Amino acid sequence: MLGKVLIANRGEIAVRIARACHKLGVPCVAVYSDADRDMPHAKAADEAFHIGPPPVNQSYLVQDKLIEVARRAGADSVHPGYGLLAENAAFAKRVADEGLVWIGPPSHAIRAMGLKTEARETMRAAGVPIIPGATACVAGPEDARAMAEGIGYPVMMKACAGGGGIGMTVVRGPEDMGKAFEECAHRASKFFCDGSLYLEKLIVGARHVEIQVLADEHGGIVHLNERECSVQRRHQKVIEETPSTALTPELRARMGEAAKRAASAVGYRNAGTVEFLVDPARQFYFLEMNTRLQVEHPITELTTGVDIVVEQLRIAAGEALTFAQGDVGQRGHAIELRIYAEDPVRFLPSPGRITKLSMPGGDGVRIDTGVAEGVTVTPFYDPLLAKLCVWAPDRPAAIEKGLLALGAFHVEGLKTNIALHQAVLAHPAFRAGDLSTSFIEDHIYPRK
Amino acid sequence: MPDVLATMAGTVFKVLVKPNDHVLAGQDVVVLESMKMEIPLQAEVAGTVAEVKVQEGEFVNEGGVLLTLK
Repeated sequence: MLGKVLIANRGEIAVRIARACHKLGVPCVAVYSDADRDMPHAKAADEAFHIGPPPVNQSYLVQDKLIEVARRAGADSVHPGYGLLAENAAFAKRVADEGLVWIGPPSHAIRAMGLKTEARETMRAAGVPIIPGATACVAGPEDARAMAEGIGYPVMMKACAGGGGIGMTVVRGPEDMGKAFEECAHRASKFFCDGSLYLEKLIVGARHVEIQVLADEHGGIVHLNERECSVQRRHQKVIEETPSTALTPELRARMGEAAKRAASAVGYRNAGTVEFLVDPARQFYFLEMNTRLQVEHPITELTTGVDIVVEQLRIAAGEALTFAQGDVGQRGHAIELRIYAEDPVRFLPSPGRITKLSMPGGDGVRIDTGVAEGVTVTPFYDPLLAKLCVWAPDRPAAIEKGLLALGAFHVEGLKTNIALHQAVLAHPAFRAGDLSTSFIEDHIYPRK
Repeated sequence: MPDVLATMAGTVFKVLVKPNDHVLAGQDVVVLESMKMEIPLQAEVAGTVAEVKVQEGEFVNEGGVLLTLK
């Protein structure tokens, strides 16, 4: 087993990783910025080191500081969590070069999946269906117009070095291409330090369905079924559930096999998630692979009984998976509701001090949080306060449990999106399982 | 003439106007990036941009002056 883990992250996921370390009896080390001194994650590990001022580019993203903390603390491994440096291939390589174990995929797999047009080509070669679109980045608006004519409008414009839905823009016709190109390129260069863009056909009415994969160093690979993540705002997930109401056992098996092929094609190891779009005719298309632990992993844990973070630590320590595909079950129904510090209507962030916090509990309710009463949610990091997960024997019961739990979730001092969750769970279309990535615009806040 | 202030702390993602531009009340003038979201900020009243006080990529605190109107 690993000797000591540096948790190179913050918030709820750092707390989650510390819990897995403690479950295996592995000591762990937290890091915190000036803004996070009193946050639960700084106290969740066995030791904690200060790493600088609040902005991430002066603290959680500074590779030298993290390596230095690992050295000082005597850590032999690094868990990057999600976000921050989790999908930074250069950092993964640096960690390995320093003789530390990277608790995640090899850097070449991160790189292979990070460049989206190359990943599309790799997937096509591996027999994984991809969204119709360009195989190369576009040179400019004119080139993009020519390419879009071939693909057929509407198209989705995305960053070649991007992912996670950041900076994606729908282009409905040639007249919108100039403005879309300029804005998208600006975003791509700001967020990904690379302004290049590519185009895919917009799949209308698509669902976002992803498959969790685990692969060890010994050729063992399993999938842990799907998560449906169609309920999104600003192309970012808000509610996830498993199983998906769109999948039959046969489709689940085919998507699971495609996900394993996708992972194997880049020599993947550790935990990863292959994201697909599923169109109304139940055709599925590779979207991207998240080469890291996913925010919404708890709902898979609730329905399969597999502790994904514990598996990550075991795989990183060189252990073989202790179960095969046939051993993976799917029990009951789980829903994750992301509780954000944000306005429920305009989705604008709402930082501030949490003056009062009381959260639901009980059978079938799991809360992963990185905040506590009295702490200040600062504007430097993402606005996730807690992941409220509910489990029940079937979907209707899980929805009712979710509504009960939301009613018992009280936060004072800042705005939250709890009212949005209540509106979605109560909506007839959600209850009917009739979902698409435009669910919130279509049903909750229709455009006038 | 009231200045345009940052309604929350964040990084200046995009400045949408330049000096001498005429802006309308409610027009987006600066996009702030905070908590992983883009937040458009508007001019509260109409006017002409006198000075842009911030640059893209700069961090501003809540209440910081983004631009002045005349």
